[in-house]
Amino acid sequence: MNLDSMKDILDAMEAEGKAFWEIVLETDMENRQVSREESLGKMADVWHAMEDASASYTGERRSMSGLVGGQGALMRQYAAKEDTIGGDFLAQVIGEALAMGECNACMRRIVAAPTAGACGVMPAVLIPLSRRDSIPEEKMLQALYVATGVGAVIAYKASISGAAGGCQAEIGSASAMAAGALVFLRGGSGEQICHGVAMAIKNMMGLVCDPVAGLVEVPCVKRNVGGAVNAVAAADMALAGIESKVPVDEVIDAMGEVGRRMPVEFRETALGGLAATPTGRAVMDKMMSGRKRRRTLTIKDARWRLEKRRPAEEEKKEEEDVQ
Amino acid sequence: MIDVFDIMGPIMVGPSSSHTAGAVRIGRMARALLGEKPVKASIGLHGSFAGTGVGHGTDKALVAGLLGMKPDDLNIPNSFAAAARQGLNFTFREIDLRDAHPNSVLLDLEGIGGRAIQVQACSTGGGRILVNRIAGVDVSFTGDYHTLIIHNKDDRGHVGEVTYTLAQAKVNVANMSLSRSVRGGSAMMVIETDDPIPQPLLDYFQQLPGILQVTYYKKED
Repeated sequence: MNLDSMKDILDAMEAEGKAFWEIVLETDMENRQVSREESLGKMADVWHAMEDASASYTGERRSMSGLVGGQGALMRQYAAKEDTIGGDFLAQVIGEALAMGECNACMRRIVAAPTAGACGVMPAVLIPLSRRDSIPEEKMLQALYVATGVGAVIAYKASISGAAGGCQAEIGSASAMAAGALVFLRGGSGEQICHGVAMAIKNMMGLVCDPVAGLVEVPCVKRNVGGAVNAVAAADMALAGIESKVPVDEVIDAMGEVGRRMPVEFRETALGGLAATPTGRAVMDKMMSGRKRRRTLTIKDARWRLEKRRPAEEEKKEEEDVQ
Repeated sequence: MIDVFDIMGPIMVGPSSSHTAGAVRIGRMARALLGEKPVKASIGLHGSFAGTGVGHGTDKALVAGLLGMKPDDLNIPNSFAAAARQGLNFTFREIDLRDAHPNSVLLDLEGIGGRAIQVQACSTGGGRILVNRIAGVDVSFTGDYHTLIIHNKDDRGHVGEVTYTLAQAKVNVANMSLSRSVRGGSAMMVIETDDPIPQPLLDYFQQLPGILQVTYYKKED
């Protein structure tokens, strides 16, 4: 089946009497024409890559600009010796998110989930929970399929690209995927997964993509923390029986609309937000010194992106008009 | 149709799927299109690749791809040193390509056996790539399929001959495009196939009269 809406997945679960993750697994088998074992094997590679990145992190590496590196280690040290405000579990989530974001910025191996910039969110919640609750790998892989199903719906209905939809599409999507996985791991129903996803996205709605000097460093690494902690909160709310008043598919549609109407300065162009602050500009100037001065992405490039995107949007609008 | 592992993946070396993983894939694709080990590469960076390429390791990623590394290879950050060891000379420059995607690159390659090729490609996001031009002729393919590129004299009958032969060999064509520089000049057909094309068939195409160059990209998993 096509993973076009959360409702489609819930309907398929009911019609076929299957779990959320099974619907996503079978979609992969069908689309790529692979066996169940092959699909599960590839997902195991994903999980192991997340675990390896976490285990190999030491905090000694620095990013190309020098802005990023060592923050995850500081958080881990702080969590080990002091009473943190949010308790041990949240401290681990924060530390993992930072560590993974740094691994990415420092050219280590990560899993883009759904993007490289948002690679810290999923492992930040999954690794500490699997450790604390001694969850078997089989179940962790199932949680990854749940998260992937959520991501696929968002990619179809809205976007998972910062250049197209701002940071809400990257960290926001990752947070929603993580929330869905957490609800599943704690025994929540399909409906509860949907509420967790919806609440996670609502809290991230409108987040702009404004990377300093155009690099996946500031604020990207720390925004992984925001996405991860938000996922924990959204999942706990859903498990408490709290419901999103706006249904999840409508929330995702709204996120898509917000992304499409977001000014180009806030869509990974490094022309607005934190990138345009005096400090952000100074970092850019430093990175550019010694070579021809050139802005990260010129307005001309940005317009090009917009023009190339416009036909698809108009098509969508026409479809809506017909309906 | 969405690939589940485009959402949960790829497994890659950071920091950017478009500026790093996509750049590695462009380098690998260019090496495959050259058909042999490259010894010289002149690399032109356009748009955002020129603007933020260094900060994203785009330069290292392109060279890593030319050396045959994959996007998850931990040696990508050290690719310049690896190139020196493996005898690949490379240079970078900034260029302005007309009406090109912001993440575009123009590669001029020379191989160990004397082959040469010019490839223009772009990174379209999420590690996905698109090859835009080969030897100055417009093309459009992604590497999602096995891809046969036939550079021939612009003359009657070549398309029919090639596609008929593929059908005889039970190779199914998924997509196909044709373009040429000027009438009577050189032309290019790009044929994306569901089934891999066996080497004897490629050799057969190469010796046909009017066929200038046969290039083949075998899809990767």
